[in-house]
Amino acid sequence: MSNEKMPGWKTLPIGGAILEAGNTAEKETGTWRVMVPVRDYDACIHCLRCWIMCPDDAIIVEDGKVVGTRLQYCKGCGICAQVCPPKVACIEMKLETDLGPDDPKG
Amino acid sequence: MAQKVALTGNDAAATALKQVNPDVAAVYPITPQTELMHKFAEFVADGDVDTEVVLVESEHSAMSACVGSAAAGARTITATSANGLALMWEILYIAASSRLPIVMPEVSRALSGPINIHCDHSDSMGARDCGWICLFSEGAQEAYDNIIQAFRIGENHDVLLPVMVTLDGFILSHTVEALEMLEDKQVQDFVGEYKSYRSLLDVDNPMTLGPLDLQNYYFEHKRQQVEAMDNALQLIPEVGKAYGKLSGREYGYMECIHMDDAEVALIGMGSTMGTVKQVVEEMREEGKKVGAVKLRLFRPFPAQQIIDAVKHVKVLGVLDRCISFGFGGPLFNEIKSTAYTTAEIGFLNFIYGLGGRDISLAAIRRLYEKLDSVKDAGVVVHPTEYVGVRE
Repeated sequence: MSNEKMPGWKTLPIGGAILEAGNTAEKETGTWRVMVPVRDYDACIHCLRCWIMCPDDAIIVEDGKVVGTRLQYCKGCGICAQVCPPKVACIEMKLETDLGPDDPKG
Repeated sequence: MAQKVALTGNDAAATALKQVNPDVAAVYPITPQTELMHKFAEFVADGDVDTEVVLVESEHSAMSACVGSAAAGARTITATSANGLALMWEILYIAASSRLPIVMPEVSRALSGPINIHCDHSDSMGARDCGWICLFSEGAQEAYDNIIQAFRIGENHDVLLPVMVTLDGFILSHTVEALEMLEDKQVQDFVGEYKSYRSLLDVDNPMTLGPLDLQNYYFEHKRQQVEAMDNALQLIPEVGKAYGKLSGREYGYMECIHMDDAEVALIGMGSTMGTVKQVVEEMREEGKKVGAVKLRLFRPFPAQQIIDAVKHVKVLGVLDRCISFGFGGPLFNEIKSTAYTTAEIGFLNFIYGLGGRDISLAAIRRLYEKLDSVKDAGVVVHPTEYVGVRE
């Protein structure tokens, strides 16, 4: 959006109303990330607590199982790691710049 | 069939609201507004209106609830005074910038401190930048008439702004005056069934209201508000004319009293202008060429019309029931800057009535005499007078 020609006051919806439902999907907040979750999928018990608590709906669940993370949205807030049951503790938050290109993340 | 009644200003205002029958009222009490909403609550309890009344914990919450209600597409009202208005201050801006046509009687009372529950205009003046349309009432009749017109003004799709209708605390709110009321159906037809411009509850046209604007959008949204105020300036006399056809009482930006050949004049707002009118009539009987302008519309400010009304007088006294500390009377400064380039008017600022201090017929006559002496002297020496303050 930033470099396109932006609408002027005459065409903008009045009062700052946003008329496109769900347009948050266009905002790739993953670029804000410093920390990134690294999940051990073998240890995961698929309790789905991380999925419930993720503020960005960044955790991918298929057939009731956690299968991945939407890294284009994940802001690295660490809530998933925080709520993972202590006896499981399968998510570790790591500094993304410490990871190499082949290191797993998400 | 118009009905002649005797009511307090608060009751007259409450009755106007009853006849409009709004969807939601979110309210919190404060003297001298309290009895206005008490009366309205009676109408609710008696089943005379369908209004959903929300009793909240503060004026900040009252205006917040009004914003939510209006955003959901409901015709919404509240009422307040003084520190209540001050407490809802941030939300006033949100109501205006979200373009929500909330209507609010504002019973003028001095801002604390020290605590003073009596009439002055510091409350509405303190909120003059917030983006609300602001109408001042001289008496109970005007309060009643202004409130009814407020809905048609604010709800117009070229305006979509909240409207504040002031009535002087205690002087108007608590004293009984004779006024003429319209029939319920006439009021209903005049304001019409509410068609909100958009609604958060419209699931076919979903929207988000109250988002974040960064540096690249806020200015454009503010420019839209300027346009809305300009549209309101055009619309208000049209609504006033339509109301005149209905009631026999036509409204515009102001009322001019003996201004055509006036050499000196006072300009001001609110109930004191009724006292001024009396003095003008008496002095005119004596052959003095005095006049007065009672300003009804304060925001948007009808600059050109004020200039046209006063440009031919020699000395103009501006009555302010408020001080903008560090600058002087707010109305004085707005009028002086508006009219400054036209002719050679001497401007005087009469600050009066703060904290409900009475201003008598005799005191106003003395103001006219001062205007006369300045006219004869040809020069303004002391532009500001604090009327009746003990040294």
